[in-house]
Amino acid sequence: MRDVYIIGVGSTKYGELWDMSLRELASEAGLKALMDAGIKAEEIDALYGANTSAGQFIDQEHIAALISDYSGISELGIPAVRIEAGAASGGAALNQAYLAVKSGQYDTVVVGGVEKMTDVPSEVANEIIGGSLDAEWETFFGVTEASVAAMIAKRHEYDERVKREHYAVFPVISHKHASMNPSSHFKNVIKLEDVINASPVAEPLTVYDTAPLSDGASAIVITADKKKIKESENPIRIKASTMANDFLSLHDRKKIDSFKAVNKSVKEALKQSGLNLGNIDGYEIHDSYSIGSLIQMEEIFGKEAIKMVENNEYYFNSSHPLNVSGGLKAHGNPLGAVGLYQAIEATIQLRGKAGERQIKGSKNMLIHNMGGLGTTSVTTILGVE
Amino acid sequence: MSEVPRFWRESKHRYRLVGTRCENCGNLYFPPRDICPTCRRESINKMKEEELSGEGEVYSYTVVHDGLEQFKMQVPYIIAIIKTKEGPLITGQIVDCNPDDVKIGSQVKSTLRKVRTEGKSGIIQYGYKFILK
Ligand SMILES: [Zn+2]
Repeated sequence: MRDVYIIGVGSTKYGELWDMSLRELASEAGLKALMDAGIKAEEIDALYGANTSAGQFIDQEHIAALISDYSGISELGIPAVRIEAGAASGGAALNQAYLAVKSGQYDTVVVGGVEKMTDVPSEVANEIIGGSLDAEWETFFGVTEASVAAMIAKRHEYDERVKREHYAVFPVISHKHASMNPSSHFKNVIKLEDVINASPVAEPLTVYDTAPLSDGASAIVITADKKKIKESENPIRIKASTMANDFLSLHDRKKIDSFKAVNKSVKEALKQSGLNLGNIDGYEIHDSYSIGSLIQMEEIFGKEAIKMVENNEYYFNSSHPLNVSGGLKAHGNPLGAVGLYQAIEATIQLRGKAGERQIKGSKNMLIHNMGGLGTTSVTTILGVE
Repeated sequence: MSEVPRFWRESKHRYRLVGTRCENCGNLYFPPRDICPTCRRESINKMKEEELSGEGEVYSYTVVHDGLEQFKMQVPYIIAIIKTKEGPLITGQIVDCNPDDVKIGSQVKSTLRKVRTEGKSGIIQYGYKFILK
């Protein structure tokens, strides 16, 4: 089957962007991606829009049609569809677009993700984010997404003798990396004590264990068109794109402090790419909650993941650079867009254009985007030839 | 959107902790399901309702400080996953206690309480919560 490449990427800044609407964010990212790819709208076969909850955040559904319209491409009649898979919407949309191009149905597709989260007060945003849980049997009783993460943390500490520091360190790493990324929501460096002593959200988790509410959009152009790939300055190949799912709620899983779906999608992605973990030069994972980062790394590396924390291996100049973008935690967390930003960061790294946060000699990057806590798992492996 | 039908539909399961048992493999599920995730098609028409005792122990828990809008007045409140005597895990609140008294392994039993007031209709919704034994 034919190979699929990323030939263009574009992103808005992430943060509290009060002066920008959802449609402005999406069209800015899309236009940047097209310009980066050096192609015109006429050359696009389809648009895949990723968005988690615009219906609740800004009372707007039919997002892909809106993005297409306000990107000025409606006259072309290009098919546009929205993909929703909780906070894995971006990764899932990239997966769907990849499958469409890989199959030969389309040659060139734009995938754009967007979320506008700061138009509502934070309690309302909490309620909306809780929409990725079970409305009847979790949120009905007052369960927030952070409380689910907290219960994973409590049980993990109890069963596996994991210490608070073993997961509180992930936000510290993300903030350190975000300070080197110009498009980050946060640029401040934080310490382990800051995470542990910040105001509690759901014990033991504090506000620093959780990713912020951000506005932002990211877009990617993918193609299998030989001419476009040849003309591209640095095409980045999608070496694997896989998805897996688990029970929606923790209470239905056999082990609440593990992410079975992550293990499955990562294993399948490695198999699909013909690579092993030794070939991966950097990781972008879904660090919406610190404990979620640890569990994801455990699903990828097993018990080694904890030793890697203790040996400081996750920093950008160490052996397993993690979330060098700054992650969702510090680069920003506009739900539907983050899966695409992860792929953009990996593309920038593989192009060798990441400036002071460049992972030296990086050839392959593994990215993991997640909906809920381990419910929907999307793994993508990007690489240079 | 009217919340009345949705509320009414689940009321029996929420008032009396009614789950379903798969007569094919014998597994008990709560919340109730129409299809057993172990037996899948083999379980069709073999899922029978069964009431749980409401007794169990704390499997995991947290104290929520940044709560949902509807629960703002209750902050901080305890959310827990209870491992029931019969097996299924159930998510719910633990009430009438000091958060410091809750531990993994603490014995609990269920009780029927007001849970929330729903939307514009103002309907008071009841359901299970847990108390320490
Ligand atoms: Zn069964």
